[in-house]
Amino acid sequence: MNSIATLLALSCIFLLGSSRLLMSIRMVAFQGLLLGILPLAAAGDSHLSLALIFLSLASIALKSILLPWLLNKAMVDSGTRREIEPFISFGASMLLGLFLLAVSGWIVDKLQATEPVPSPVTLIAGFYLVFSGLLLLITRRKALTQTLGFLVLENGVFTAGLSLGSEFSVMVELGILLDVFVGIFLMGIMLFHIDREFDHLDADRFNELSDLEIAASPDEEVTE
Amino acid sequence: MNTAWALIIIPAISGLCSLFIDSERLRKNLLVVVAFLHLYMSLQLCNGSAGELDGIWLGIDHLTRIFLTLTSLLFTGSAVYSMIYLDKHPHADGADLAGWQFLRNRNAIFVACMQLFLAAMSLAILSMHFGLQWIGIEATTLASTPLIYYHRSRRSLEAAWKYMIICSVGIALALMGVFFLAKTTTQHVQLFTPAGLVLFAGYLKLGWLKVAFIFFLVGYGTKMGLAPMHTWLPDAHSEAPSPVSAMLSGALLNCAFLGILRIYQVCVAIPATAAFASELLIIAGLVSMGFSGIFIMHQPDYKRMLAYSSVEHMGILATGIGLGGSAIAGALLHAICHSLIKAPMFLLAGNILSAFNTKKVEEVSGLLKSMPFTGMLWLAGFLAITGTPPFGTFISEFSILKAALQTRSWTTAGFYLLFLLIVFIGMLTIVMQMTLGRRPDDHADEHHHHTVADKAHDLKHDKHHKHEASAAAGSVINEEFLQLLTPIVLLSLALILGLYLPEYIRTAINGGALLLGGAIL
Repeated sequence: MNSIATLLALSCIFLLGSSRLLMSIRMVAFQGLLLGILPLAAAGDSHLSLALIFLSLASIALKSILLPWLLNKAMVDSGTRREIEPFISFGASMLLGLFLLAVSGWIVDKLQATEPVPSPVTLIAGFYLVFSGLLLLITRRKALTQTLGFLVLENGVFTAGLSLGSEFSVMVELGILLDVFVGIFLMGIMLFHIDREFDHLDADRFNELSDLEIAASPDEEVTE
Repeated sequence: MNTAWALIIIPAISGLCSLFIDSERLRKNLLVVVAFLHLYMSLQLCNGSAGELDGIWLGIDHLTRIFLTLTSLLFTGSAVYSMIYLDKHPHADGADLAGWQFLRNRNAIFVACMQLFLAAMSLAILSMHFGLQWIGIEATTLASTPLIYYHRSRRSLEAAWKYMIICSVGIALALMGVFFLAKTTTQHVQLFTPAGLVLFAGYLKLGWLKVAFIFFLVGYGTKMGLAPMHTWLPDAHSEAPSPVSAMLSGALLNCAFLGILRIYQVCVAIPATAAFASELLIIAGLVSMGFSGIFIMHQPDYKRMLAYSSVEHMGILATGIGLGGSAIAGALLHAICHSLIKAPMFLLAGNILSAFNTKKVEEVSGLLKSMPFTGMLWLAGFLAITGTPPFGTFISEFSILKAALQTRSWTTAGFYLLFLLIVFIGMLTIVMQMTLGRRPDDHADEHHHHTVADKAHDLKHDKHHKHEASAAAGSVINEEFLQLLTPIVLLSLALILGLYLPEYIRTAINGGALLLGGAIL
């Protein structure tokens, strides 16, 4: 279980430093695969149940095959290959990523002071994934990378949940998985629309709706 | 029990079916039939005695009663209004979605997503299990995103994208909260429901509970529109079609609010966490009220004004719950009144928008003359939403203030009054500008030659032509009965609640307040 968690964290550092979208999508698909195996590893050989295996398979199919395929299609259709000029450079965001890893470790350390956690390494990885997802969401310009960021964040939440050993019934887990899947699926469809409407996937150039630039907006409308 | 599941499953199935219905009329009728069926079944369910339905998954308590009835009522109103709204926006084949032909008809998607939205909200309200509730609240985001993108314009796409990203991130954090909450429990706890956790409050681990509450507040607070996580709200509310805005503001925000109330219900059972949770809620509430006060001043867009007013009212709710005591009952009453008033306000804004073709406050004037009914209702709605005496909002806002003074929280009371006043003044200037003054055509003819700068001149001239086209020679703009029916009914209900509180509503509010550790009204 610890080795899977480590791999998850490593894939995240890689994700923060990569500018090629195809590589990022593959990394997230790899994370989905790891996340599918994680509950099996957590349960151990003795507690394996049919429902658990089904859940893992569903998770792998959705998160590491179907969604990456959709995002890949969106990427190819829009002709975007690279993330250009993020708000924080790739090197800096990798460094920031390492710092966030340290922060995650510190938080888990604090939490453990009150109550022991079954698997601290996995919880650290979970927090780290959440933080990196947020970092990707905030610092990247492309709507596609933001979608990836959200997927990483979701993966982080799942990892944290697993490490805490909070188990719901299969139906609830399945419902949560379905919700997340449909959410990212919708985002993928919106990527196609954004590409068609704006001819680019740059979410930072979405600025028609803002209360802080009241003076600028009337001019924009006239030119349209 | 079956009724509760049916409330969720019926709209979900009929929603999916209406994607494949070709006839425009049949689809619209289905929407209204489902709405009334849902209303009837909700009332049936809520009339049963308390605690009859207390399952692992779904349950009925007083909080559920309040919010389920409210949601169903607003949905019925919005569905009736949608009939005329869809007539005005005839079906047009948009571009296909990533190669799927059947998703081209935006009206079919509208009707389908409205019903799925209703199903998701019913699930979010009826579910007692924290995990199931999370599924419901996330599903509301998914179902409402296509609704916000109804107009298929750049602005609506931007609003829908922001809504989707910000709310999904928020709700993902709430899921983290659910996992942490599961961690607080020990073997003693049988049910992962508010009542189940309260029963074993003594065994819960306090540290984890506090962390869970923070995650819930940030996560569901994003969806509820608490500042500073509210940034999606004005965009989504102003770009969505008016019946959808009414649902978002009147019903969806309440679902997220209920999500916070559920964990508050657990926190309040333990004195240490009760104080902690109350304090956070009061801060979040006052910050939201302050934010909306700042942005509502000189707001150029009247639908955004209504959206910021929603942020303010969510702030009032959070503050009321945080203050405790009789303020909790006040906040629950306020939630009811806010929904009953804000939904018709958005529908009226839709009437104004379809007549004037603009969302800009400065281009609308003389509503009382050009659209007499809409104008009058708009004015009445303004008085109601700002808490003027005959309406229910006055009683609720006043009882929250009274509780603040009784508990000697002077700073809270001071800020509360200050922000209420700022919002009142901000909305007053906007509403006066819109309702009073001359008819738009006279106004444009005489006025703009003297005052408006050259650049704006042309713009105004264009708009003027639009007015002529829509307002048919400028006199009185035709107002359809269906456009006015829902606002009249809902606003009258808000007025009645101010004059007389029926016994069953009082019972539900008091019951809900007791669940949340408050005093009866």
